[in-house]
Amino acid sequence: MAVAKSKAQQPDAARRPSDKAEDQTAAPVADLGKEQELAAYRDMLLIRRFEEKAGQMYGMGLIGGFCHLYIGQEAVVVGMQMALKEGDSVITGYRDHGHMLACGMDAKGVMAELTGRRNGYSKGKGGSMHMFSAEKGFFGGHGIVAAQVPLGTGLAFASKYRGKDNVSLTYFGDGAANQGQVYESFNMAKLWGLPAIYIIENNQYAMGTSLKRASATTDLSHRGAAHGIPGERVDGMDVRAVKAAGEKAVKWCREGNGPIILEMLTYRYRGHSMSDPAKYRTREEVEKVRSEHDPIEQVRLRLLQKKWATEDELKKIDAKVREVVNEAAEFATNDPEPDPSELYTDIYA
Amino acid sequence: MPIQVLMPALSPTMEKGNLAKWLKKEGDKVKSGDVIAEIETDKATMEVEAVDEGTLGKILVPEGTADVAVNTPIATILSEGEDASAVNEPAKEASKPAQQQKPAESAPPAEPKKAPSAAANPPQPQVQPEPDVPEGTEMVTMTMREALRDAMAEEMRRDPSVFVMGEEVAEYQGAYKVTQGLLQEFGSHRVVDTPITEHGFAGLGVGAALAGLKPIVEFMTFNFAMQAMDQIINSAAKTRYMSGGQIGSSIVFRGPNGAAARVAAQHSQDFSAWYSHIPGLKVIAPYTASDAKGLLKAAIRDPNPVIFLENEILYGQSFPVPKLDDFVLPIGKARIARAGHDVTIVSFSQGMSYALKAAEELAKEGIEAEVIDLRTLRPMDTDTIIASVKKTGRIVTVEEGWPQSGIGAEIAARVVEHAFDYLDAPVTRVSGRDVPMPYAANLEKLALPTVADVVEAAKAVCYR
Repeated sequence: MAVAKSKAQQPDAARRPSDKAEDQTAAPVADLGKEQELAAYRDMLLIRRFEEKAGQMYGMGLIGGFCHLYIGQEAVVVGMQMALKEGDSVITGYRDHGHMLACGMDAKGVMAELTGRRNGYSKGKGGSMHMFSAEKGFFGGHGIVAAQVPLGTGLAFASKYRGKDNVSLTYFGDGAANQGQVYESFNMAKLWGLPAIYIIENNQYAMGTSLKRASATTDLSHRGAAHGIPGERVDGMDVRAVKAAGEKAVKWCREGNGPIILEMLTYRYRGHSMSDPAKYRTREEVEKVRSEHDPIEQVRLRLLQKKWATEDELKKIDAKVREVVNEAAEFATNDPEPDPSELYTDIYA
Repeated sequence: MPIQVLMPALSPTMEKGNLAKWLKKEGDKVKSGDVIAEIETDKATMEVEAVDEGTLGKILVPEGTADVAVNTPIATILSEGEDASAVNEPAKEASKPAQQQKPAESAPPAEPKKAPSAAANPPQPQVQPEPDVPEGTEMVTMTMREALRDAMAEEMRRDPSVFVMGEEVAEYQGAYKVTQGLLQEFGSHRVVDTPITEHGFAGLGVGAALAGLKPIVEFMTFNFAMQAMDQIINSAAKTRYMSGGQIGSSIVFRGPNGAAARVAAQHSQDFSAWYSHIPGLKVIAPYTASDAKGLLKAAIRDPNPVIFLENEILYGQSFPVPKLDDFVLPIGKARIARAGHDVTIVSFSQGMSYALKAAEELAKEGIEAEVIDLRTLRPMDTDTIIASVKKTGRIVTVEEGWPQSGIGAEIAARVVEHAFDYLDAPVTRVSGRDVPMPYAANLEKLALPTVADVVEAAKAVCYR
């Protein structure tokens, strides 16, 4: 029986972004306006170039420890961010650089934290996985898989407690989706009608374990079913689809309907972390997604087709983004390490 | 021979209760399962069921009688043919175990989900007057339970961002009745019953704290907080540091900690040393109701995560508490509970009851012990300990927790580091035995420290 079941699920389990367009349940994707497409292009490109630079700097020994790159998944945070307003909060796991840049955190501060320097967002004490910005509503940056899910639920609780209509965006991966505390959170969020949007970034691999090898059911948008939480599968490689789903989810929460789940079908091009040999998937698999479904390339082609930008104009955007990233890298390389006295600060208020 | 109805125990820690009401009169027929009386403790009202059939012969304890000791005969049941005159000296049978009655199963449940209740009213502990209180302050007697409740209520009145959450804290009025009345005053918005989901609601509480609220998270007991350990340590304790001081959590995790009575290994554990190990946490473990009130108010106001370790056995004990509008004690300050010059005894929480009784015993033998109640375990008030050791040259630590890497071990290290030259004897630890807590009554006694252990240790370091 188990075998039959797993066979029946195989097409779904093995699904890559390339396979999924035909059975999307979401409504047809609304086009973005010119300014939105250009903003999405710029924001996604910033994440891409930033992460490429972070990868290089890791290779040079300037960044230590763990470093999880977001390359390939850019459309998810950029699309979701378009649906937010002042006072909404964002929390995620350890693959967090993209989320911080999308929240409007300064690339210099993020990169300087990666290099462990004093002007990093956490004064060099947090590193890649632990960064925060109270000002931008970004609550981390959490290194323990799925720990951010109860925390994000608590952010939603605080919003409701204060009688605000702000929502909490809680991002986690397909790997974290199997942790018990996720379901403890789902239960409380639904029970208390909390404005929590759970965004499962399904990039198909929990470190080296594919979704079908780790999950008894592979449609993660149904993971709230036992608690009566609605869910939707979204093409996480298409920023328009993400934005549309995000707006719908945000409206649902702001209107007091309780939590909602968005499963973003996405893909990471790089390894789980910098030290990942990536033996669990083929080069061809990665190449296929890259060449056929790249989130940034999709926007680029639309901009050109609609004549909203010329190749030259896009190159200028690219050059500008590279400048921002290079400045961040230079800043993060030259910024001094934290003063030794910082060892004993910020433990207690 | 008439059958005696004995005062039942509602929980392993109950020693006496009030006979609230008789539901049957003398001469009434009773059969097994009939509810014959209601008894009360400070945390619950329970029905007493008859286990035998017959006629209610004589009521030995009238309704309204307070503090009836467990196993006292409260009535007799006559079998067919017997009459009430057959029972004149019921007291002779009083030492028999109370097997004839059991609390009615239909009664409102007084047992929390995973642990039994405490309803004990043992002899009142002797405590020195509170040194942190202005002279002439009126003192009122209240239980630890009431003091904790008042502290929360006062802080909730003062600050709308303070709320309480946990299992059974609202409608049930608290598994140990510590949150009694809070729902009625503050409503379900601020007194939140959670599902049984420690990992989840601890994390949710931390998230709410990151957003600026001030949650009081009650664990029904700290045994269940092990499920939430990751959120307490990785999320609550470390976030301020990891964010470079940008974001922290002002949150109190509180509940009973340590050995209860007859609940065995999984429900009887002292976590004092565990939490006190963690930078980023403050850890408080009060002994008196006064300290509990003043320190819980301080903990709620503190911008850091605070672990507030209560003790089930102490909940029902009464202490003098200063009658002040806003009584807040400093976190991190020990209290000299008894002054002395021959030997220093350091303890905290329930360990203080052994320490203080031992000091009385020692005084009879001419040894004047200085007893220090740590009150806060982290930050630990090393100065007060060291000052005392410099005076006495001898120190005994007392705790219910395990010896290895315990609070006593930490104190020993600090004394050796800071007052080695003043020591006239080895630092000596009295602790719980290095075993999981057994269930059997005799073994359980053996596993916990006793007054005699403390007396013996103190005499040993005094070479007496």
